[in-house]
Amino acid sequence: MSEREILSAPLVVEYPYARSLGPTLSRFFTALRDKRIVGIRGADGRVLVPPSEYDPQTSEPLSEFVDVEDSGEVLTWTWVSRPDEDNPLDRPFAWALVRLDGADTGLLHAVDGGDPSTMRTGMRVRARWREETVGHIRDIECFEPVEGAS
Amino acid sequence: MTAPGNGEAVTQVETPSRIEYEYIAGRAQSRFLRAIAEGRIVGQRCPACGQVYVPPRGSCPTDGVPTSDEVELPHRGMITTFCVVNVPFAGQRIELPYVTASILLEGADIPFQHLIQEVEASEVRMGMRVEAVWRPQEEWGFTLENIAHFRPTGEPDADFESYRAHL
Repeated sequence: MSEREILSAPLVVEYPYARSLGPTLSRFFTALRDKRIVGIRGADGRVLVPPSEYDPQTSEPLSEFVDVEDSGEVLTWTWVSRPDEDNPLDRPFAWALVRLDGADTGLLHAVDGGDPSTMRTGMRVRARWREETVGHIRDIECFEPVEGAS
Repeated sequence: MTAPGNGEAVTQVETPSRIEYEYIAGRAQSRFLRAIAEGRIVGQRCPACGQVYVPPRGSCPTDGVPTSDEVELPHRGMITTFCVVNVPFAGQRIELPYVTASILLEGADIPFQHLIQEVEASEVRMGMRVEAVWRPQEEWGFTLENIAHFRPTGEPDADFESYRAHL
């Protein structure tokens, strides 16, 4: 059979999930709606963002919420040169783990660096909030480089 | 999600998951689909063990060899196992309750899933003999949905021993 005779068809696999939030993540998403970011203190004192219900090492329940800043540094990044329609930005951008000031872990989000040459581990970035927020990680449209910072 | 700014806690987030594929049928499935577009059901036989697979995958899962022998199959067979669907779900197209069954065509060695209609759900039985009911030919495409459903033929049920190995 020639390759021309092979059949193909588009196939979309999708699930319209809505995820219920317990008390810990409800605090996190409610804060996002109010344009704030909230973490939680782990058993070893490190602040986890997003907050975990249980300590990742000891498994004990956590309860001490900590407000963190909406700016911080890029821990690691990867460039997306051809974004698809499900990506947060419609132009090339970086996925990055951002350690916000006051936090000890990285938050995954997009950085609108414009060009890969602007990206650097350790660079300072700040959240670009949407005008209308609903309580979703995309209330932060993306992070953007802070001018004049290293 | 709650409306913004009204002070109530956010208790739910939408997290849709979606992947767009282009599905490539491959040689064996393409041959099967082209045959079904002509109203024929075609499986493939393994030259090593002799088992007939429908729809065919191109190789035998037991022997790991190409199943190049084509076998045209009759449009009748039996129900091995079945399921009565009672619970509505997103994407449901058929009125409840309805029955889906693993149908073993005469001459095939593996069953495939299809819909059972024209019989009360409560009367469907393992071993029930069924035949394909095709949609009007002008509606046919490259799909097992050219067969609208299977219905009982009215013949005596198949003996359990004849399909026990396929459960």
